[in-house]
This record gives sequence, structure tokens and C-alpha cells, in this order.
Amino acid sequence: MAAELEVHGIEAPSRIRRLLATLALVRESRIAMIGALLVGFWVAMAILAPVLPLFDPNQPILPLQKPLTPTPDGQSTFWLGTDHKGRDVLARLIWGSQRVLVWATLATLTAYVAGIVMGVTAGYFGGWWDEALSFLANVLLSFPVMVLYIVIITRIGASPLNIVLAVTFASAPGIMRIVRGLVLDLRNRDYVAAAQVRGEHPLYIMFVEILPNARGPLIVDACLRMGYTTIALATLGFLGLGLPPPDPDWGAMIAETQPMGAFAGHAMIFPALAVTSLVLGFNLLADGIREISLRD
Amino acid sequence: MREPDVVPVLECENLHVSYFTRAGEIPAVVDFNLRVMPGEAVGLVGESGCGKSTVALAIMQYLGRNGRIVKGAIRFRGQDLARMSEEQLRRIRGSRIAMVYQEPMASLNPSMTIGRQLVEVPRYHERASRVEARERALEMLAAVHLPDPRRIFDSYPHQLSGGQQQRVVIAMALLANPELLLLDEPTTALDVTVEAGIVELIREIGERFGTSMIYISHNLGLILETCDRITVMYSGEAVEEGTVAQVFERMRHPYTRGLFDSIPLPGTDRTTRPLVPIPGQLPLPHQRPKGCFFGPRCAHFCEGLCDRPQAMQVVDGEPGHRVRCARFRDIASLGQRPQNERTPPPAPGPVLLEVRDLRKYYELRDRSLSGLWRGRPTRWIKANEKLDFTAREAETVAIVGESGCGKSTFAKVLVGLESATGGAILLNGRDISRLRIDQRDPELVGQLQMIFQNPFETLNPSHTVGAQIARVIRRFGVARDRREVQARAMQLLDLVKLPREFYWRRPRQLSGGQKQRVGIARAFAGRPRVVVADEPVSALDVSVQAAITRLLTEIQRENRTTLLFISHDLSLVRYLADRVVVMYLGHVVEQGTTAQVFAPPYHPYTEALLSAVPIADTRVRKKRILLEGELPSAVEPPSGCPFHTRCPRKLGRICESELPPVREFARGHRILCHMDPSDLRKMEPVISFAEPQATG
Amino acid sequence: MLVLAARRFGAMVLIMAVISLILFLIFETDKLAVAGKVLGPYSTIEQRELWLEQHGYNRPFFVRYGEWVWSALHGDFGTSIRFKVPVSDLLWERLANTGLLAGLVFLFMIPLSLTLGVLAGMREGSKTDRLISLVSIVTTSTPEFASAAFLVALFVFHLGWLPGTSAMTSGFDPWQLVLPVTVLVLYDFGYVARMTRASMAEVMTSQYIRTAILKGLPRSRVILVHALRNALIAPFTVIVLQLNWLLSGVIVVEVFFAYKGFGSLLYEAATFGDIFLIEACTIVAVFVAVFSQFISDIGYMLLNPRIRFR
Repeated sequence: MAAELEVHGIEAPSRIRRLLATLALVRESRIAMIGALLVGFWVAMAILAPVLPLFDPNQPILPLQKPLTPTPDGQSTFWLGTDHKGRDVLARLIWGSQRVLVWATLATLTAYVAGIVMGVTAGYFGGWWDEALSFLANVLLSFPVMVLYIVIITRIGASPLNIVLAVTFASAPGIMRIVRGLVLDLRNRDYVAAAQVRGEHPLYIMFVEILPNARGPLIVDACLRMGYTTIALATLGFLGLGLPPPDPDWGAMIAETQPMGAFAGHAMIFPALAVTSLVLGFNLLADGIREISLRD
Repeated sequence: MREPDVVPVLECENLHVSYFTRAGEIPAVVDFNLRVMPGEAVGLVGESGCGKSTVALAIMQYLGRNGRIVKGAIRFRGQDLARMSEEQLRRIRGSRIAMVYQEPMASLNPSMTIGRQLVEVPRYHERASRVEARERALEMLAAVHLPDPRRIFDSYPHQLSGGQQQRVVIAMALLANPELLLLDEPTTALDVTVEAGIVELIREIGERFGTSMIYISHNLGLILETCDRITVMYSGEAVEEGTVAQVFERMRHPYTRGLFDSIPLPGTDRTTRPLVPIPGQLPLPHQRPKGCFFGPRCAHFCEGLCDRPQAMQVVDGEPGHRVRCARFRDIASLGQRPQNERTPPPAPGPVLLEVRDLRKYYELRDRSLSGLWRGRPTRWIKANEKLDFTAREAETVAIVGESGCGKSTFAKVLVGLESATGGAILLNGRDISRLRIDQRDPELVGQLQMIFQNPFETLNPSHTVGAQIARVIRRFGVARDRREVQARAMQLLDLVKLPREFYWRRPRQLSGGQKQRVGIARAFAGRPRVVVADEPVSALDVSVQAAITRLLTEIQRENRTTLLFISHDLSLVRYLADRVVVMYLGHVVEQGTTAQVFAPPYHPYTEALLSAVPIADTRVRKKRILLEGELPSAVEPPSGCPFHTRCPRKLGRICESELPPVREFARGHRILCHMDPSDLRKMEPVISFAEPQATG
Repeated sequence: MLVLAARRFGAMVLIMAVISLILFLIFETDKLAVAGKVLGPYSTIEQRELWLEQHGYNRPFFVRYGEWVWSALHGDFGTSIRFKVPVSDLLWERLANTGLLAGLVFLFMIPLSLTLGVLAGMREGSKTDRLISLVSIVTTSTPEFASAAFLVALFVFHLGWLPGTSAMTSGFDPWQLVLPVTVLVLYDFGYVARMTRASMAEVMTSQYIRTAILKGLPRSRVILVHALRNALIAPFTVIVLQLNWLLSGVIVVEVFFAYKGFGSLLYEAATFGDIFLIEACTIVAVFVAVFSQFISDIGYMLLNPRIRFR
């Protein structure tokens, strides 16, 4: 493209620079910054887990050690102590972050794809299609989320894929409602009429003319939903309905130590802190982005 | 002349108001002076962003958290409002100074009845008893000419029409008998005939209660109809002030002149007095030049004189007439407005578009139980009922009417977003009335394009200007190759007089007028035969309106395109159109050439419309015709003549029972009315001119 | 208005019908599995088929479904596989316990969240607003099991002030309700408070509030009469819908504190595979959710004069 532009002697701004400028906006809100830092910390941990000098998260070493206790060989420290089975809490936390982030992201993404397709078509076409999809959404939303998870997972079992499926069932209707609302508003804009008047295909109108203008609220919602999904995964873990042990899971870590909380309070507190900080990060990020987008 | 011993009701002295944002201080109003004497009505006029509403909010001491008066004083009866406590202000607000707002619907609390909202004023300001407060509210509702005050009293705002809501807001403002009334664009959100009623009411208030008024508007015509004196604002400053006669007849500031030159006036037309837009754009507050704020756009800019800060100067021999211009004496002798360099309109070609008996009904399902009970679950919204007219090649046909007359529905049927219920639309002899857009072939689609009303919605904020134009070019196969498409897009930018670097801009970086230019470029990108422009300039400032209208007609003539110009603004239509179609409630009530429609015989509705248009010319004398009642619903339109419920010239029974005949008065001049043709011919012109000396 | 309400009611019945059908499809299509659950994993195929024949399972699907719905409407959900008693006996007792918990939660949450939300929304961006917003965002970010862990560590293990379980094994003890209620209130109030704040803040910037202020009304009247009425419409609907969320939270909290309520019943049923109990619990949970949606819609209509008077 650059060659053409020089023909006219006018420079087109580069795409990358624009993207960077957009990302730099996050710096404008302190709330968004804190959120980004919290989320960024856990993402970094999840990525670095294999290379960090950690104990094997499933290897029992010495049970019920308090935080900052040196290891028996004196070479290292149980920074966050060990649990009732003698496994290193820090290692389990960090490996747990990988697990929750990978599956939460995947589940949210699938839910979004489903929700967007349903919402955009329902909002744009309206009529019986909208009524059918909205009814379907209403049916799914009538289940209290946890009840829906329990029904699905007791029926089909707790494999990673099934959990993604369950989250999609639980989240997609909500996403659909939001998208549908946005589309109902946006489809009456004059630029949509302009596209219709020049005979554009409905798919083009829906996904090129309408959807990009809904991205602001959707980004905010996606951040919030990452938070919900994190909570949902951890809750399933806590209830013993999540991904199967022994791989570390934040929710399961709390459930396992709860009966002997009097001796291993730390093994319960740290995973709780971890979930809270990650969810808080997503929520703050969502809040900050909303604030920035309202500013202009 | 002012009498020295009378205390002004309100005095702004050396007022500076700023907003403090993250970007720093934004001075919204600079060095502003205003004096309102008892019983006087002062107009504040200027385009959007000139600071006129900020003045009103500063007077009310309601600038929000980030607004502040940084310098100067606002004295009400000699007391500085800025130094008052909250409690002192509360006692003045709503009782001694009251305000009427731009959007009546938004200004009324949606979950409280009108009565409760009105009663609060006497209850809280005068500690009136419930009974007394109720009595006074009912009286005041009657005083603002609302029918059936008791019913209105118990209604919620959403149950009233826009005009009724505004009357309620005015009643609320008048309940405490204020000394000063602030009116911030009180009629902008309303239709012309409704506006005329409100303006009449405002004038009546001035006479009956002797209330001093500050009337804020962008419309010079309205100021002329309501005010004694006027202050013209530009970019936060007052640039000229004086009596209405001084400013309207002997304006001195180049900006004021520019404003008058850019608005259409009756008695002149596009060949004798073309609209002259003001070049350039309103500077943003932080881009204001050091000297005269209008300098960069002024034809008389003089270095060394205009690049210094300007002060208000008194015009010689005209006390009270002041102007903020260093060169106003020199300019006065330079005098003339820029000359017309336009070519006369091209001869219209053969008939291109023929609308025959067109009907468009929308289905309205009545889902209420009573509807089911009565056994008529579906009713019809009759948006278009029997439209008949033709348009020739290279001709501009204006479709005129107020909201709800069905003009936008017609546009939708024409471009294929809706299909007709009956009748035909022939484009080059081919009926397209039932072809929806997806059934039309690309060539046909390209032939019928549209320009939209709202500049803020016409472009997709997610895509660059260039991408949006290029899409149309590719879509209609004007060019395929990428280079070619881009070159063509650049040409289109040239055509609408936008710099080529706008190709990479995003819509939010453009002003309203610039967006509308892109909208025009997009409509013409596929070389259309017919372009429908749906109120393309009504959301723009007057000086920009002139530029856009002019551009539009120029392009249209060069391409010999047929332009269907949908508008409610009759003065603009007079400038622009070859032929005019007047619509009311889905019917064409009158049509003819522009000259025919603007002269008698009129349809009574056309007559009322013409009378309602505010005109910024002191020489003009208008016949005053006010329409009673509300626009009937299109679901249950009146029987017989659609206009009979509001017609000031209603004959009697026949108007209620029979649809009037269409009578042809001159070639192509047709009127839908029962009145005797000879009576129609005897009508007087609505607009006439006083002798120039008469007002001098 | 009445028609709208009637239509909402119709939609509610329809949704219940569809959901009961879905549940029946999910759990009782595979007849042998049902028999396997009832008779235990070591039963033979022949035994299972005999059981199916005896209990009318070999009739057509829709006949069975119709019968199931019919008896469910009469409060008969069959016999629990695990507890060997009629499901309805278990259900009502557990529901009452959860009702007590939920009632207490609403009792504390509603005033708390509305007050905080209104205070924050009255002056957007003020110190009060920022503090309240921060607190509510932190509490909504803390899932029930996490805040339960914090509170138990602090009040049970560290300070020893409160009991750590709420099984009520030796009779009713109000102290055992403190932690469950606190945990649920903590997680739920933030959402409602933030909703209220947003709604209030929006109303405060609306033009009719400007009208009310510039009419010279005292601030108290502007807030209490003009702003609150409009600002509370949105939170009202959210509060009622909160029941749906609360049910999810209730499961976690009841499991954490071993409280004998509806949530732990559903949980036990699910982990044990007690089909009839799961069906009954789910139907009841969905009914509560759908009914609260219905109430919320009706409330919205009543609060909003634009719908009430057309």
C-alpha cells in the first residue's frame, strides 16, 4: 500500500502505531492500570510456570509447613508453605493459574463466538428468528448458573471440553442479549441504511458495518465475563465438579484444606487470594476501560 | 435610550466562563457583557459552540462540576449571583429567574404527573397551600393555551405532544411570575407550525406579564420575531450588539454579515441572491487566534490591525450599537456582498421518475385484549396515501412537510428499504415500487442513492473515510483495480471540496459539515440518476448549511442528476428547488413549480406553513396563521380531507366527509382542496414587503 | 398493562414446560441408567429390566413425561434414591432453611446496597463515590468460597468468635447463620450497589434533574422525590433477579458451612447421582428463577408510568 500512497504524497498512518496508541490509552486510567497489572502478573506466571524454579506441584514433600519455612535440605524455602499432603502451595498456585487462565479464556472465547453470532443475527433480522433465539436464551438464563453447571456436568462428566461446553451454555445467552441490544440500536444508524441502500449483503452489514461499532461495550463485557468464568471454574473446583485432580486447581485447593483449616489456614488463604486478585484484575480492567471509553 | 435611574434586571459584566477538563482550561465565554432592562427581550444568537448556552447556565449558576466563572460578574437586580449561597440561589431560581429548555421531553420528570411537577413551584417558593397551588397550576395551564388543563394536570409527560410539553415547561417557568425568563432554544426540537404557536405564546408573555427575557437561538428569524435587542456571539465572544433594527438592517461585523448572507430570505432567490457560506471553520477554544477570533475566516482581515485583541466599539451615531471589529468603518464603505458566479440552472430533461397513486401502509398488530374483543386485531398505519408526482432529469424536487407527514416513508419505498402497498413508482418507465433492495439489480441500486440527515450517523465510525467511499465505488463497479478505486475516491473528495488527506481520516476527526460532504461524495460515487436527500442540512449550523446546499446543487447539476430534496424548511426549499411537493398526513396537498407554490392560490396548509417560517428580514410582513390542535394519528386519519381537523379555512361538512378533488390551477400546479377555485385564487400572499423606508 | 402481565405469565408457563421437558429428556431417556441408579451398580440387566417393567418405564416417552409432570404438579417428585424417603419431604424442609438464609441476606443486602449506591451516585467522582465503588468492586471480585475462607480464617481460627460450621446438629443456633449470611451479602451487595450507583449517576445528570434544581427546589426534595423514583427502577429489577445469583451462591455457602439447605441438597443429589432429587431440585430452582423474572417484569411495569399509562 505504501507505494500507492507516495504517489499522492500523503502518508497513511500505520496500523501498528494506531494499535499501540489504543493500548496506551489504558495508561490514562489508574484503575485500568492496576487491573492490567494484576491480570498481567497472573498471565506472566501462567506462561513462565514451566521455567520458574518451582517444586513439582503434585509431589508430596512435607505436610503442613507454615509459609517461609526452609525446606528440609536447607536448599530452598516453602515460600507459601505446604498443604496437608505436603505439596508446595506456591508451585500449586502458579500451575493453577495456568489451568484457570487457559480454560477460562477458551471458554469465554467459545461463548463469545456463539453469543455474537446469535445476538447479531437475532438483532439484525428480528422476526421469528429473533423470537426463537430469545426464547432459547430465556430458557437457558432461567437456570441459576451453578444449577446449570451441575446439571450439565453430572450428566456428561467433568472433562475440560465439557466444562468449556457448560460455560458456553451458561454465558452465551447473556452475551447474545447484550449483542442483540447493541445491534438493535446500531441497525437504525444512517450508515447502516446507507449500506442497505447500496444493496450490501446482510452478512457484510452485520459483521463489517454493525459489529465493529459494538466493540467498546463488548470489550468491557468480555473482561467482566473473564472474571465470572474464573469464579465459575474455581467454584466448580471447590465443589469437586471441576477438572479432575491431582493437577492443581485453586478452588479444589481451598476445598481440600478446608476441613483442616485450623492447621493449614495458609493453604486455604493463598488460593482464595489468588482467585480474588485475578478476578479483581479483570473487573478493574473492565471498569477502567469503560471509564476511558466514556471520556471522549 | 436607557434611563440612568432604572436598575437593569440582569447585567453581565466582563464575564469569563471556563470549563476545566483533563486537557486544561477551556475558555467557553470570554469578555461578555449583557444588560437586560425590565420588560426587555434580548436575543442571544450564534452557531453551536459559540457559548450562548454557557451564558444561560452561568446566569443560573449551574455550570456543573468543571465549569467556573473565572472573571467578571453576573448581577441580578444589582446583586452578584456568583457570590450567593446555595440557599439564596435556590430562592431566586424558579421564582425570580426561570428557564425554558431546548428539549421539553427530557426536561420533564418522566415518572411524575405534570400536576405534581407544576405544584412544586408555588409550594416551595411561596409556601402556598395544596389547594391554592393546584388552582394556580390549572390557571397557568390554561394561560399557556393548553386545551383541557385538568386532563393535562393529571397526565404524565410522555402522554403529551412535544408542543404541549413545551407549553407545560413554559407554564412551570411562569408560575412564580419571574422577573427574568431564560429561553434556551425553546423551539428547536419542534415542528415549524408548532414552533409558530410557541413563539406567539412567548411574545404574548412579554406583553401580558412584562417579563424580561433572554432568548437564545441559532435562528435569526426567531430573534426578530421575539426580541427588542440582540447580541451576536462568535467563538465565546459577543461580536455585535444593538437593537434588532440596528443589527438586522445595518449590521457592521463581518461575521454578522456572513450569517445573514448564508441564510435564505424570501423575496430573493438563488439567482438574484445566492447563499454565501462563511469560509473556514469555527476555531476550537484552544485554537483561537491571538487577535480577532473571526480573523482567519474574514475577507477583510488586515495585518497589524486584526491580529491584536479586539474590544467592543460603539458605532458612530448609533448609541447602543456596538461591534467588536477594528475595521468596521472601512468595511462599511466596502459594502457589497460577494457576487454571484453561478450558472443558471440547466434545462430539465425528460421525465425520469413518476410516482403514481403510491400507497404505503404499515401493519399495526393490536395485541390488547380490547382489540381482540372487538375483533380487529390488525390496524394499519397509513404512512403514504395516494402520492402522485413526477420528477425530470436534472430537476430538483422538494418534498416538504412536517414530521409524520410520510416523507421519509416515501424515501424508504423509493430506495427499496420498504415495498409499496399500492400504486407505482416508475423509473424510466419501469415499476420499482414493489422491488425491495435485494430484488433490485446492482445497476438499479446504483441509480437510486441517498443522502442522510444526521451527520453524526451518516458515516461508520469504525472505518476510514476513504474505505467507505472506496466500498461504494467497488460496489457499483465504477472501478475495480485498487489504484483506480483510490484515484476515483480522491476525485470524489476533490468534488466535495475536501482535502485528499481526509481519505485516511476517521469520521470522529471530521466536523458535521465535513461528514455531510463525505456523505454526498458517497451518494454520488456510483453515478446515480436519482439522489434522495433526507433533510441533509437540518442538523447543521446555518453558515455550513449554505455551503452544503450549494455544493449539493452544483454536483447535481453537473451530473444532471434528479434530486429529491426532503425538507421541512420552506425558505431553503425556495432557494433550491425547481418544483415543490407539499405533504400532509400521507397526502400530497399541493404541488407545482417553486414560484407557483410560494404564491397564491395556496392550499390552506401551505399557507400556514409559509406563515410559520421565521424570517430574518425586518422588511417582511407576514400574514399570521396559527394552526390549532395536534397532528392526527396516521392510524386513524381523519375522514374526508386529511387537514380538516386543523384547517383555518374549513368549509363545513363536506371537508369531513369527502376527500377533496385535486384541481389544477396552472400547468402542473395542483391543489387538494374543497374550496372554490375562485376563492383560492383570491388569497393574499402570505409574505409581503414593507417599503424599505418604513423601518429605516 | 393487564395484557402485558398475562403475556409474561404465559411466557413463564411456557418456559417451565420447556425446561421440564429438557430435564426429563436429559435424565430419563436412558431408562437402563435410571434403573441402574435405583438398583445400584451391581444389579443385573435382567433385574433392571424387571424394575423398568414394574414401574411403567416401558410406556411411550410422552406418557411417562405427562405422568411425571402431573405428579410433580401435585408435589410428588418420587422417592429419593439416596435418602429413601419421598423427595417432597426432603425438599420442603431444606427449602425452608434456605428461605431463612436468603431472607436474611436480602434483609441486610437491600438497604446496604441501595444506600451505598445512592450515596455514590449522588455525586459522581466524589471521595465517597470512589471509596464505595472500590469497596464494592473488591467484594464482587471475591467469590463466596474465597471470602468464606478469609472470614473463617479470621473469625473462627484466629479470633475464635464464631462457629465454623452451620450444620445446626444440636438445634437451631443463630450464631451459625452469621458467617453464611455475611459471605452472601458481601458477594451480592456490590453488584446491586454498582447498578444503583450507575442508575443514580445517570439520573443526576439528566435534564429533568436540572429542571428540578433550577426550579429552586431544596436538594433533599430533588434527590428524594425527583431522582430516587427514577433511579430505583433499574436496581429494583436487578434485586429481584439477584435471587437467581443467590441460588448459585447458596450452593457454595451451604456446602462450605455444611448448612442443611436446598443448595447442599442439590449438591449431594448431584454427587450421588440421585436422579429424582436432581430433577426436583432443578425444577424448583428454575421455578424460583422464572418466577422472580416474572415479578421483576411486573414490578418494572408498575414502576414505569410510560408502560402503565399508554
